[in-house]
Amino acid sequence: MITYEAVTKVFGEGPDAVIAIDRVSFTIARGQVVIFLGPSGCGKTTLLRLTNRLDSLSRGNIYINSQNIRDLNPVKLRQSIGYVIQEVGLFPNKTIFDNIAVVPKLLGWNKEKIRKRVDELMHLTRLEPDLYRRRYPAELSGGQQQRVGVARALAADPEILLMDEPFGAIDPINREQIQNEFLNLQAKMKKTIAFVSHDIHEALKMGDKIALFNQGRLIQYDTPEVILTRPKNKFVANFVGADRALKVLGLLHVRDIMNCSPSNIVDAAQTAPEVLKMLEQKNLRYAIVLAQGKPVGYVTSQDLKYEQGLCQEVARPYPLCLEQGTSVHEALSHMLMHDLTTFCVINDQGDLVGTVTYKSIQKSLQDFFADDAEAQ
Amino acid sequence: MSTFDFIINNYRQVIYLIGEHVWIVSLALALATLIGVPLGMVITRHKALAARVINAANILMTIPSIALFGLMLPVLSLVGHGLGKVPAVTALVLYSQLPIIRNTYTAIQNVPPAVVDAGKGMGMSRWELLREVQIPISIPVILAGLRTAAVMSIGIAAIAAYIGAGGLGVLIQQGIDRVHQEMILSGALLVSVLALVVDGGMALIERLVTPRGIKIQQPRPK
Repeated sequence: MITYEAVTKVFGEGPDAVIAIDRVSFTIARGQVVIFLGPSGCGKTTLLRLTNRLDSLSRGNIYINSQNIRDLNPVKLRQSIGYVIQEVGLFPNKTIFDNIAVVPKLLGWNKEKIRKRVDELMHLTRLEPDLYRRRYPAELSGGQQQRVGVARALAADPEILLMDEPFGAIDPINREQIQNEFLNLQAKMKKTIAFVSHDIHEALKMGDKIALFNQGRLIQYDTPEVILTRPKNKFVANFVGADRALKVLGLLHVRDIMNCSPSNIVDAAQTAPEVLKMLEQKNLRYAIVLAQGKPVGYVTSQDLKYEQGLCQEVARPYPLCLEQGTSVHEALSHMLMHDLTTFCVINDQGDLVGTVTYKSIQKSLQDFFADDAEAQ
Repeated sequence: MSTFDFIINNYRQVIYLIGEHVWIVSLALALATLIGVPLGMVITRHKALAARVINAANILMTIPSIALFGLMLPVLSLVGHGLGKVPAVTALVLYSQLPIIRNTYTAIQNVPPAVVDAGKGMGMSRWELLREVQIPISIPVILAGLRTAAVMSIGIAAIAAYIGAGGLGVLIQQGIDRVHQEMILSGALLVSVLALVVDGGMALIERLVTPRGIKIQQPRPK
């Protein structure tokens, strides 16, 4: 847990003094990822650097697990906190192994323990130890280097991680991947993380909470959902963008809004006339055809007319099926692209677990902003 | 009698003089390194001091060596060493300061800030950072400074024969006095060869001592 209490940082003195951070107070709960978000020069990086005493506080206090950092030895404090920066800053003269082993060595771990830990971390960050252990940073791609950067920060298993735009210098495709891997990792590790970003998309994706700064002040500190649906003022609304409804969809997952017991399910073994009859009885436009629980396609009454065989013979296959963790944003995109208003949701085995319709997306969004209307 | 014949006929003296020359230069270089490298590192922490120290070293470099020997004569006479090896070594130490300090300073200064920041952020002390990161990264450039200093010192040491320091300059000096062309040439030739050999040797050391990760990072200049 990190607590900021009226934290103020002034650079320079006298008339040239610049207030970089102005009486900022908030708490990062244990195991949460909090994104420090804001335009450049808003003080987010400075606040991060105050946390491990790379910069010194002007006024106010920072507590780590209710211990005032002013009372701690800065070197020991930093050894107990993981630190990842955008430029990675790997030591070019050291192998990947030695880079990851820096903090354990500073802490005086024995060789065997270090070796085991480094291997473990390399597996964790998807770097094959036997392949990369003896390589040097210059031999790795940007994405791989930052994996090493993350592994290095995690080496001594610190409870807290400070990350300064860690994925900012990585190309978009690899960034997406490394973000996802990091989220998976965090789901297991449950570290307390302060994460600086200037990218609202990254903030919405990575953050349990977002601390939005402007000109050294904390403007809003809330969950991504609240930031999007209830921006505190014009600055926040502008910062999150006019497409915030679409961004909310990015926060929702298909599993949150899917219909788990759709009524328009038929089995592949049923004949066309049977299915047609059912559609007419229930007044449905189409039915989803399942074979052994797996969706094979859909049929409309048009398709079934004059057909005598099994319904699966005329079923039109779905271009794709959604996974439960897919974002609603992506689901909507598929609907627009394939001109379909329904998609099947499947589990890891490929079995149908529910459906998502255009209507259900619309409704979930309305619910979101309706909450908002009531609250105001 | 050709120059080579002269060298072969006087091989005992030649070997002695080479030894003396190498001794003066090595001693001076060792002392200069002990002073210059730490000084170059210290001034990276004090920017205002850095400009002054480098300026001072620059000015030293502009003094012609004969003039410097002359300037030191009254000073070192106070301790009874106005002539001989002491002023020679002192002068070489002074001249070597510029390449050594400047290269050390520049090398440490040019360690990427992100690397230093990461090191500090992980809880390395100043000394640990210097030892584990800044010095290894700077080694090639620091050694390049020593190499310049060494080659330069071999040349200047030849002049130190005029203040009785010995070394290969003796051949040149006495050759001039006696109008003995082969003697002059053999002195000049040996000093040149010594400079080339030392330059090559230092280049080799530079390559051997540079950490592999740094070599990969910056392909060796052709």
